[in-house]
Amino acid sequence: MATFQEFIQQNEDRDGVRFSWNVWPSSRLEATRMVVPVAVLFTPLKERPDLPPIQYEPVLCSRATCRAVLNPLCQVDYRAKLWACNFCYQRNQFPPTYAGISEMNQPAELLPQFSTIEYVVQRGPQMPLIFLYVVDTCMEDDDLQALKESLQMSLSLLPPTALVGLITFGRMIQVHELGCEGISKSYVFRGTKDLSAKQLQDMLGLTKPAGTQAGRGPQVPQAPPSNRFLQPVQRIDMNLTDLLGELQRDPWPVTQGKRPLRSLGVALSIAVGLLECTFPNTGARIMTFIGGPATQGPGMVVGDELKSPIRSWHDIEKDNAKFMKKATKHYEALANRASANGHIIDIYACALDQTGLLEMKCCANHTGGYMVMADSFNTSLFKQTFQRVFNKDVQGSFKMAFAGTLEIKTSRELKVSGAIGPCVSLNAKGPCVSENEIGTGGTCQWKICGLDQNSTLALYFEVVNQHNAPIPQGGRGAVQFVTQYQHSSGQRRIRVTTIARNWADAQTQIQSIAASFDQEASAILMARLAVYRAETEEGPDVLRWLDRQLIRLFMFHLRRSPFLQVFNNSPDESSYYRHHFMRQDLTQSLIMIQPILYAYSFNGPPEPVLLDSSSILPDRILLMDTFFQILIYHGETVAQWRKAGYQEMPEYENFRHLLQAPVDDAQEILHSRFPMPRYIDTEHGGSQARFLLSKVNPSQTHNNMYAWGQESGAPILTDDVSLQVFMDHLKKLAVSSAA
Amino acid sequence: MNLNQQPHMASPYAPPQPGYQMYPQPGYGAPHPTQQYAPYNGHTSLYQQGAPPAGQGRAPPVSGAPPVSASDSYSQYAQGNVQNGPPSVPSQPQRPPVSQSYAPATVHPGTQPTYHQPYEAPTTSVQQITGHMAGMHIGGPAPNLPPSSMSMTPGPPPSMYGAPPTSQPSFPGAPTPPQSAFAGVTPAAPPVSQQSFPTGAPMSQPHYSSVPTSSSQPSMGGPVLQQPPFGAVPPASAQSQFPGMQGPPFANQSMSAPPASQPNHTGAGMPPGPPIGGVQGPPPQPGLQGFHPQQNGAFGQMRPPQSGYAAPYPGQQNFGIQPPPPAAAPPAQKRLDPDSIPSPIQVIEDDKANKGSEPFITGVRGQVPPLVTTTFQVKDQGNASPRFIRCTAYNMPCTSDMAKQSQVPLAAIIKPLATLPPDEGPLHLVDHGEGGPIRCNRCKAYMCPYMQFIEGGRRFQCSFCSCVTDVPPHYFQHLDHTGRRVDCYERPELHLGSYEFLATVDYCKNNKLPQPPAFIFLIDVSYNAVKSGLVAVVCEELKTLLDHLPRESVDEESRIRVGFVTYNKVLHFYNVKSSLAQPQMMVVSDVSEMFVPLLDGFLVSVGESRVVINSLLDQIPEIFADTRETETVFGPVVQAGLEALKAADCAGKLFIFHSSLPIAEAPGKLKNREDKKLVGTDKEKSLFQPQVSFYGNLAKECVAQGCCVDIFLFPNQFVDVTTLSVVACSTGGSVYKYSHFQAQTDRDRFLNDLRRDVQKPMGFDAVMRVRTSTGIRATDFFGSFYMSNTTDVELAGLDSDKTVTVEFRHDDKLSEDTGAFMQCAVLYTSCSGQRRLRVHNLSVSCCTQLADLYRNCETDAVISYFAKHAYRTVLSSPTKNVRDVLVNQCAQILACYRKNCASPSSAGQLILPECMKLLPVYLNCVLKSDVLQPSAELSLDDRAYLRQLVSCMDVAESHVFFYPRLLPLQKLDVEGDALPVAMRDSEERLSRAGLYLLENGLNLFLWVGSAIPQDLLHNVFGTASFSQIDPNMTSLPVLDNPFSKRIREIIESIRAQRSRYMKLMVVKQDDRLEILFKRFLVEDKNSSGGASYVDFLCHMHKEIRQLLS
Repeated sequence: MATFQEFIQQNEDRDGVRFSWNVWPSSRLEATRMVVPVAVLFTPLKERPDLPPIQYEPVLCSRATCRAVLNPLCQVDYRAKLWACNFCYQRNQFPPTYAGISEMNQPAELLPQFSTIEYVVQRGPQMPLIFLYVVDTCMEDDDLQALKESLQMSLSLLPPTALVGLITFGRMIQVHELGCEGISKSYVFRGTKDLSAKQLQDMLGLTKPAGTQAGRGPQVPQAPPSNRFLQPVQRIDMNLTDLLGELQRDPWPVTQGKRPLRSLGVALSIAVGLLECTFPNTGARIMTFIGGPATQGPGMVVGDELKSPIRSWHDIEKDNAKFMKKATKHYEALANRASANGHIIDIYACALDQTGLLEMKCCANHTGGYMVMADSFNTSLFKQTFQRVFNKDVQGSFKMAFAGTLEIKTSRELKVSGAIGPCVSLNAKGPCVSENEIGTGGTCQWKICGLDQNSTLALYFEVVNQHNAPIPQGGRGAVQFVTQYQHSSGQRRIRVTTIARNWADAQTQIQSIAASFDQEASAILMARLAVYRAETEEGPDVLRWLDRQLIRLFMFHLRRSPFLQVFNNSPDESSYYRHHFMRQDLTQSLIMIQPILYAYSFNGPPEPVLLDSSSILPDRILLMDTFFQILIYHGETVAQWRKAGYQEMPEYENFRHLLQAPVDDAQEILHSRFPMPRYIDTEHGGSQARFLLSKVNPSQTHNNMYAWGQESGAPILTDDVSLQVFMDHLKKLAVSSAA
Repeated sequence: MNLNQQPHMASPYAPPQPGYQMYPQPGYGAPHPTQQYAPYNGHTSLYQQGAPPAGQGRAPPVSGAPPVSASDSYSQYAQGNVQNGPPSVPSQPQRPPVSQSYAPATVHPGTQPTYHQPYEAPTTSVQQITGHMAGMHIGGPAPNLPPSSMSMTPGPPPSMYGAPPTSQPSFPGAPTPPQSAFAGVTPAAPPVSQQSFPTGAPMSQPHYSSVPTSSSQPSMGGPVLQQPPFGAVPPASAQSQFPGMQGPPFANQSMSAPPASQPNHTGAGMPPGPPIGGVQGPPPQPGLQGFHPQQNGAFGQMRPPQSGYAAPYPGQQNFGIQPPPPAAAPPAQKRLDPDSIPSPIQVIEDDKANKGSEPFITGVRGQVPPLVTTTFQVKDQGNASPRFIRCTAYNMPCTSDMAKQSQVPLAAIIKPLATLPPDEGPLHLVDHGEGGPIRCNRCKAYMCPYMQFIEGGRRFQCSFCSCVTDVPPHYFQHLDHTGRRVDCYERPELHLGSYEFLATVDYCKNNKLPQPPAFIFLIDVSYNAVKSGLVAVVCEELKTLLDHLPRESVDEESRIRVGFVTYNKVLHFYNVKSSLAQPQMMVVSDVSEMFVPLLDGFLVSVGESRVVINSLLDQIPEIFADTRETETVFGPVVQAGLEALKAADCAGKLFIFHSSLPIAEAPGKLKNREDKKLVGTDKEKSLFQPQVSFYGNLAKECVAQGCCVDIFLFPNQFVDVTTLSVVACSTGGSVYKYSHFQAQTDRDRFLNDLRRDVQKPMGFDAVMRVRTSTGIRATDFFGSFYMSNTTDVELAGLDSDKTVTVEFRHDDKLSEDTGAFMQCAVLYTSCSGQRRLRVHNLSVSCCTQLADLYRNCETDAVISYFAKHAYRTVLSSPTKNVRDVLVNQCAQILACYRKNCASPSSAGQLILPECMKLLPVYLNCVLKSDVLQPSAELSLDDRAYLRQLVSCMDVAESHVFFYPRLLPLQKLDVEGDALPVAMRDSEERLSRAGLYLLENGLNLFLWVGSAIPQDLLHNVFGTASFSQIDPNMTSLPVLDNPFSKRIREIIESIRAQRSRYMKLMVVKQDDRLEILFKRFLVEDKNSSGGASYVDFLCHMHKEIRQLLS
């Protein structure tokens, strides 16, 4: 048998699952003692180019409370054409189409290699993709111009049948009617008044039979689903390109000392309402581009007086952020409406100051939307990130999927406590729902409006088997993940992943359980839990909880990471970092917590080095990847050489190569990652070197460098304790208090 | 006047006419009215000049049947005066008038020459005047009279003649008393006599003078006059003088009397006839009949001679008394002869003849200007032109007691931005520099000709409040020996009645110079509007109309910016920025809280955005061609315009083209509440009140921003004009209504109105303040405006057609010496964005004698005031009460005159003041107007529409509105360019073979008699038979014959006179449309219960008699 290491890897590659424990303790008591719960990082749409979609629908267990999907773990009676559900033990007849089934002629879903299988639902209309641009016009002309170009570019990336819509806002909100000839037409709303979906419907005339207002002209034979505001790209491509081209900066005067009035809250509300009225339960993306904070109406996060700055963590702690609660409530309500209808909200915020991501985070977090933060729309960070949204896979489909739901079935001994990730609860009670909530709990179904191949949920389980009812030796617990979603081709698909793990008695088989421990997965799972708590509770408490819960290496970095530590980060940045941490898969998450540091030197090939101040040496080039940043750091000597221009000299070609190597590697990372990281090229003493210095373990600080008296490394000016100190402390704690 | 009067007289007297003719012919023969009168007019003017005394001069006239007669007389006198005039003037202005009136009388009697002479005499002294009177008598009677008159003056003798003489004497001696007397008398007699009376009038005046009149008069009139006149054809003699004049006057008098008598008498028969006829005739002629006719005739003939005198006097008396006797006679007639009662046409024509030929010079205080129907030129010499201000009374009672007693309303009807004919030039613009206009320190009155410079010119004393203010150094100027500033004639504000100041930044909102104003066009594009063709018509027209926005003469193109909005139940704003290739439409569907969706590109300069605007106007009809939206909003539309102006920080005007009741869910939503059952009940007033308060509040906001709202309505059914028009009425805007609009037939009317409305000169964001001499105060205001306090009239917009009526009340005594001043100052923003102050000054005389009041008032203005007041009162009282109050007040006015100014006479006699002899007929028109007494088929909307229209009409408009102009066309002089003489609005005067044009400023009918001659038919309609005339035509066929041309010219010229384009309706006799047409024949009974003129006059007489008893 393969090692657990291989097993884990194989499982991840095939099913997109990483369990904290790969052998499960068989009773609740033992499970509780193990501190780290049985949990899994599940990537529903794990990229599986080798997985052929099955062109029929799944066979379901007939028990109404179960409805599990036929899978390789089910016992099949080929002669009676019966199968037994492995979750509820219900015996089911195969449907008539399976008449020819036999041991030799098994359908795909019964083959062990198809523990993950994807069905294509043939019923129902194929819905076009819908993209609704919500564009802020209160920004500098340069920014606006860049944004306009990006948007125009994006039109060319959309499939011709995709429906697009445009809402612009500043002081007012304009919903643009597309495809008008002659006069361009838009509906205008004031930014201070929120509208219900019903009101909006009336005001936009959406109740009218199509054609009343759009009426004249021979556009009758159009597909019913489009309306005046959302039209197929192929029809209004030119029109929309012109419209975008003519977009002007918000014309209302902004007096000195004021922020422009930006009605983001209502704009977003209108976007949500528009889709709600026209395309409920259909995949759609609301792509919001904002150049600053909302300053009026519901959802405003700061007043328009420049003299009153936007809230900081300090203000929040002091309960001095007067708009925050209301705004958060507003955006939460929107997020819930959008997610209820399967609509995604993306936020692209490009501004030097905060834009209110803290308040808006739930829009992206609940709907599976993207959150992108940059300094300006005129940066490659934004441009390329935005472009990458429209990346396509080998089949030419977008990598994004829409309107997904994830349902979980478990064996009787296991119940699901909750999920943490870009999802909302569907409030589906069932036999496998635990009363013990972790994250978004109380349900066995979640809605994931937007997901891609990296979207990963953390799911937490509870072992409910009582200690006095032991599970027979060799018993296996099973979990089935049923993910329904709208593929970017418009098809509805169902992906079913069924996995099983052995039960083990913790008292007798503690070694095997310990061996099955997945340190990385557990780290991330616990980190998610910590972040989730950080989001919902007060910061210091979370750290204390974390300290009590777990003691592992990476926790040192987690404690220092922006996910838990808000010092030196604005509320928006914290939200931004957390957002990504909550949705990325395991590998990326690890990088976020413990950045990777590579060293390049003449001493040998590039090698990963300790994330420690001692790694900072004068003759090295360091490449640090923190997920959000790619940083190349030239050591003191290297920097001097570079300044002297040795790389230009033919005889120092090797130096040129040395300089080039990290750059090439950085490019590779840049190209594959979403969102595109901030690329930093700095050197010893450079101002941006702070990004590196803040991440490394401060083994040498101004407090101890002389005491250590070592020659290498760079001292970090910080009062943070070093890993060494931290570990020492931990050891002491671990010994002194058993709990 | 005389002429007119004569005609009137004649006509009234119709029966008399013959007489007149007779008389005239005989007596007056050649001299006749016109000519004589004409001259008089000239004189009149002279008088006026002399007038300074004028006040008095006029007064007298007034007092004398005064007005007319007075005027006539004056005029006559004037002529006579030419010689006499001067002297008279000197003697005493007022008196003179009296004397003048007398004079006429005298003149008549004595024949002009004689009179004149006499007058001259009078002029010199009161006695002389009396002398005149005497002269009059004399004249009438014979040269002897003069002497007698003289004698009269001296003493009671005048009583008889005395009276007349007295009147004259009054001038001389104690004018006032006499005057009053005169007034009483004169008026009475006057009316009738006025013209014809002129002689009579004079007579009456004399009576007055006698004042004693009452007593004297009786004696006088009765004995002397009457007898003379009647008895002896003498009157004829008098008449002879007056030929025309007297005839009419008498006629009037007699007429009035008769009518009254008749009605009253109806039963008695006697009384009525007597009264009037009696006035003169009765006594003299036992045979009442004789009188009437005779009177008429008598007047005609008699007047000139003594009879005239007699008549006049009698007339006066008659009014009062004599009638009764005549009554007897009348009874015989039974029906009062319509021709024998005061005729508006006669009065109008007389005034034209008397006052139309020479410029009206405003330098004299208290002159009564020519009637609004008269074409005249004005020379500003220190008082505002009557085109700007007309008053109900030009002699204000000195005390409130007097005012109360007389019940004559004291009001000024002000049209601050009235358009002047080219030869009267634009007003001078005065710039007093950075400090702004020089003003009184206390009352803030602006520098004007009435300010008295003192202390060598270093300070000036305010004529309004008497406060002394230092003259700023830069404005200092030395005084000449008369105490006037040396630069008086170089500075408009020191010698003109009307001028403008350039306002400084202190006069601007927020202390910021204003932006040029903006026009915003808001077009209904709901189904009805599109289908009726409205949208297409408006858009097409705007393309050219935008080239003609108001502009200063110095600017090459208008600085007014324009914006466009269309709407149904949502609003569409348009961005027409010049840099755009195509206009952009921005839809605002959230109408609950209106806002403007764009800033830049909404209001643009026409020149810069021409291409985009044209493109927009081309596309609008297309875009909405297939609309099925039938619901509309209205409140948000106004709000939208208002918000746009707010955003642009400027004043402006909204043009709203609206089709239907706003029932869509939005602020200002209305429901259909037309309920005919309420008409005539106590709840009727609720129909005139807006159904929601929303628009009132909105209007306030509009006014604060200087947002004037013009509403063009195109309803197919009830739209609730009452409620919708609130916004327009409070912002100085106008409402236009085109029921059942069809582009094909109503296009011209609408477009002409629109063009005029867009192009007419106007001021924005205006505030008007009327300051008056201590003693009176402006207390009430009527018109389209908003008032947030009791003194400032705020007008978001003020155009050249808008009139504000101001009512004055006493709060103290006025001084007869100084007269009363009023200064109307309007602060406004011009169409180029310049802040200006327009100042109109007017001085009127003050009187202590009621007779002067009655002699110097203007009936047309009084009626205009009455109508406006009544139309506002319907908001708070049942219409029946309103009508009763009106009748009552009118009766009181006349009764007061009768009691205090007319010579004693039989109670059955109706005596009307000359200046007010048309009061009954006009008042009757007001009473039976659609607002106060609606016909069954009239919609609530129509009534509301008319109600608000009248509130800001000027005197000319209200005059023709209530007494439509009826022109006979069948005997048209195709060569000349004079209009035919109008006819009285009565069906019996229409000939079956005739063709008549009737207009009232809003409607234009062409009535075709069924027996219309073939050639006429052919010339005008191009058809061969009556039955082939298309009753739906809205314009006459263009035929190449002089008759057709001339008729079309006339129609065009009439339309050009009116502020609203009148659609031509062809009414065939006995056709179904004729019912509509007949409502405008206001001297007849109408279907909704309105009384005929004759009946009403009788009723009025009864009321007066009741009051007197």
